[in-house]
Amino acid sequence: MEKLYINKNGLDQWFKQMIKGGSHVYAPVQGRDKVDFKRVTELSEVASDFVQTTQSIKKAVFPKAESLFSYQKSGKNVEVQDFDALSVSDKVLWKIRPCDAAGFASLTGIFNWDYKDKPYNTRLEKTTLVSFSCSKSDSYCFCTSVNGGPGSTVGSDIQITMLPGEGALVEVLTSKGKALVELSADSFEQLSKEIDKELYLAKVPVHFALEQVKEKLSVAFDSPVWQQQSERCLGCGACAFVCPTCACFDIQEDAKGSAGRRIRCWDSCGFSLFTLHTSGHNPRPTQSTRWRQRILHKFSYMPERIQKMGCTGCGRCSRACPVDMNILEHLTSIAE
Amino acid sequence: MTKLVEKAASLLREGAVIKVIGYEEGSNKTRPFFCEKAEDVERLIYNGRCTNNLAVYLTKPELLGSGKVAVVATVPTMRSIAQLVKENQLKEEKFLLLTVTKEDEVVEFSGFKEMNDYLADIQLVIDTKEQELINKLDGMNREQRWAFWQQELSSCFKCYACRAACPLCYCSRCVVEVNAPQWIEPWASPLGNMEWHINRAMHLAGRCTGCGACSDACPLGIPIHLLTHKMMEDIDRDFGATFNNSGNVLSTYKVEDKEDFIR
Repeated sequence: MEKLYINKNGLDQWFKQMIKGGSHVYAPVQGRDKVDFKRVTELSEVASDFVQTTQSIKKAVFPKAESLFSYQKSGKNVEVQDFDALSVSDKVLWKIRPCDAAGFASLTGIFNWDYKDKPYNTRLEKTTLVSFSCSKSDSYCFCTSVNGGPGSTVGSDIQITMLPGEGALVEVLTSKGKALVELSADSFEQLSKEIDKELYLAKVPVHFALEQVKEKLSVAFDSPVWQQQSERCLGCGACAFVCPTCACFDIQEDAKGSAGRRIRCWDSCGFSLFTLHTSGHNPRPTQSTRWRQRILHKFSYMPERIQKMGCTGCGRCSRACPVDMNILEHLTSIAE
Repeated sequence: MTKLVEKAASLLREGAVIKVIGYEEGSNKTRPFFCEKAEDVERLIYNGRCTNNLAVYLTKPELLGSGKVAVVATVPTMRSIAQLVKENQLKEEKFLLLTVTKEDEVVEFSGFKEMNDYLADIQLVIDTKEQELINKLDGMNREQRWAFWQQELSSCFKCYACRAACPLCYCSRCVVEVNAPQWIEPWASPLGNMEWHINRAMHLAGRCTGCGACSDACPLGIPIHLLTHKMMEDIDRDFGATFNNSGNVLSTYKVEDKEDFIR
């Protein structure tokens, strides 16, 4: 890992080179009353004062709807066009949070579990993750309870820590990160002295011991806690769709006449339709069984199967929930 | 101890109801609370921050259990209940309806009729911020409105929080999930999103009570309640007031209809 310093002008210059290089840059942008990722071409478009975007940026590698292949029938011939890897552009995800970067590791585990998913891996290969460490947090944040932290570099290609004044510490963590820095090597300076990054990070308290949650969950399948916690849950997909690691999907056919596409689109285990069988039987017939699945999948099944956590503590699900299903509160009560 | 807490405690203690659906303090906001034990009644609160529409839970038998349920109803909740009653979705003997006045007095309704009478005197109020958006929409021409909604709805990711939060979206099978034939593209796309939101608005035509739960629930802050709000305005203008007359516009037919095409 290499540590560098960049000043405000350098940052501007570097950003311009990224755009000039043809990368599509996505960054948090202030909307009417939410901050969310949008494609930007100027550094000035990027939101400065925010804790967290409403949505995660998982759509960069796992779009809300994508074509897996298309086909054209003519007589007895069927011509199939596979997923077009060349159509994927280079992307820079700018100013994501450390919890977002960590989310990509979980997604990568899911999309390579028993089969290496071509669209996902192609997109990820062409994506460079530039995280900014967090100087502030809110009461929904709990990264430090799930092995993360406001300055964690896990998953990032580059991490930037803004320093008092207008400069920044740049940690170059991977070869992809190095390539991005080399687009504008003149913009960076060597560090004149060691910088203690910790001084500039938000203080995010540890709320529960992860091991304790895992242990409690291992015997909680039949616990009344699921029904108690999920009574008010409306069964919408807001939590899953804003989550950086939720990867449930549905497969749909977009057929028109003799041509069509097969589409993969977001789905959620919180929907009653998700597990409904053709027979009418539903193995998860109530919202409490679906809520249990959500928690067990993230904190029990994923760690067991792919050695990755299904939660990065970003708190988006809690902020998005119309009935205040606060995951931190629920996990804390499970751990107790 | 507030009067609401006292009331809930006595209802539960006497076994008059098996649970009280009300509100409790949540994280930075209030949230729905299903109070089943007399020792939990202290958690019940009621104030201007209680905005969830609790009527959404009243059509879910698995949540209600077998026994009478008390509901701490805000004015928007009561309006939705009134519409659900009109649509034959609620059994009177199942519910004990309560509300709390500005003076923190608890009102207990003897039944749906008394609740309707109480509602009759209360006008639907639209706050300033809402009115500004409505005025902005009214000031647009057709093309501008189309562009506005295309832009707004393009970000929709179809989490269906709008549907889940709406007390009047109680269908056991939603049109968006019908796949033979597939009326609406189920994935999020500019066309599919537009199809969903137009369908949602049309299915609520003359039924929407203007509570705003749909857009309050939208995690992306899309002002979708304006679609049904404008629908209410149109129906008021073309067919007469929506609330207090019986039936609903989509399922009502009159021989003396002024339009020819329907005859």
